[in-house]
Amino acid sequence: MSDTNKQMNSARREFLGKAGATAGAVAIAPGVFLTTPAAARPADQKVTSDKRWGLLIDTAKCANGCNACVSACETENGWGGADNSEKHSNDEQQAQWIRVVHLKEKATGHLTTLPLMCQHCETPPCVDVCPTGASFKRADGIVLVDKHICIGCRYCMMACPYKARSFIHEDLKDQKPWAPRGKGTVESCTLCVQRVDKGEIPACVEACNAENHNAMFFGDLYEEDSEISQQLEQHGGEQIRADLGLNTGVRYRGI
Amino acid sequence: MSQSALFCRVFGVLFALLMMLPLGSSADEEGHRLPFSDLVMTEPARHFSATQECVEPEDEMKRNHMNYILHQRDETMHKGIRTRQYALEECINCHAIKGDDGEYIRVEDPRHFCATCHTYASVNIDCFQCHADIPVRETTLLTTEGESQ
Repeated sequence: MSDTNKQMNSARREFLGKAGATAGAVAIAPGVFLTTPAAARPADQKVTSDKRWGLLIDTAKCANGCNACVSACETENGWGGADNSEKHSNDEQQAQWIRVVHLKEKATGHLTTLPLMCQHCETPPCVDVCPTGASFKRADGIVLVDKHICIGCRYCMMACPYKARSFIHEDLKDQKPWAPRGKGTVESCTLCVQRVDKGEIPACVEACNAENHNAMFFGDLYEEDSEISQQLEQHGGEQIRADLGLNTGVRYRGI
Repeated sequence: MSQSALFCRVFGVLFALLMMLPLGSSADEEGHRLPFSDLVMTEPARHFSATQECVEPEDEMKRNHMNYILHQRDETMHKGIRTRQYALEECINCHAIKGDDGEYIRVEDPRHFCATCHTYASVNIDCFQCHADIPVRETTLLTTEGESQ
């Protein structure tokens, strides 16, 4: 049944895509087109399941020793960093929305570096176990914590196979207005939902591109023409712990 | 002492005491002083429109501001609706005031706009455990500059 729906949706998308392309492209001279970038969803429109946001990370391009994505996330969302406000928490307790993981294959000594964050599963275990409904998946596939409802029980942290979530142990001050976070609640990567809603890309992807590593691709997994879908179709992308059947929105290449 | 003289004296004392009470109606010169209190509600930096001071009429906001914020909270969190009119950040952008040192007054200080009434009414607010209590970004609401500042 879901397959049928998907097909119907993709047919509709194709039609809308063509209609949009016609409207968006303006011929300024014969054969020369001025194409406007895809407009962001208007602020008063709610998110729909017509999109599913995803990330693809090419570990071959991810440079060993580079920390740009982590620093960019810290700056954007106001955790960690030089002016870390979690002064009383130890390293194990402090927030970690995204971390750099090194994998060494013992037989060959080959070192792989990759960023690991919330994998934005289609069937997230954190949402399954949440007793209050605070942990939820948005219609466009972004997994979030509603901190207004979160009671800080930390079941989701135990359920997550990727160790993607952190708990805030102490009073915070001077949070970013676009990324509120506070004591007694659980948090994790939001896929920079505040930027995505404006039609921008997550801070980590932007930082990776700025470093000229271009190891991260962000886009709509349902849109066939998006760069991430093209990349996935041509070169594939693996899930971490694919055996769990979570259908993650974050995919990796070269692991 | 006759009975009428005693009555006059008692009445006089009571009247004098009554006059000494800081009546809410008589203490309204300095902006919005809260009755029987030193707390003063501060003026916002700007008005929402030429005809309307806040995002809804003032009486409505005084009674029901929490419902507007609560509704907007769920719309933004779960549906990704990011209209600015009832966003808590925009409340702060207009209503935050600076102290004599030029720094914004934080919510722990009863002079902070939200804290003034909430201190007065003894109602705790949890908003600022997570949200910023002072302006960080420029407002994106189309507002008029207030006459008072």
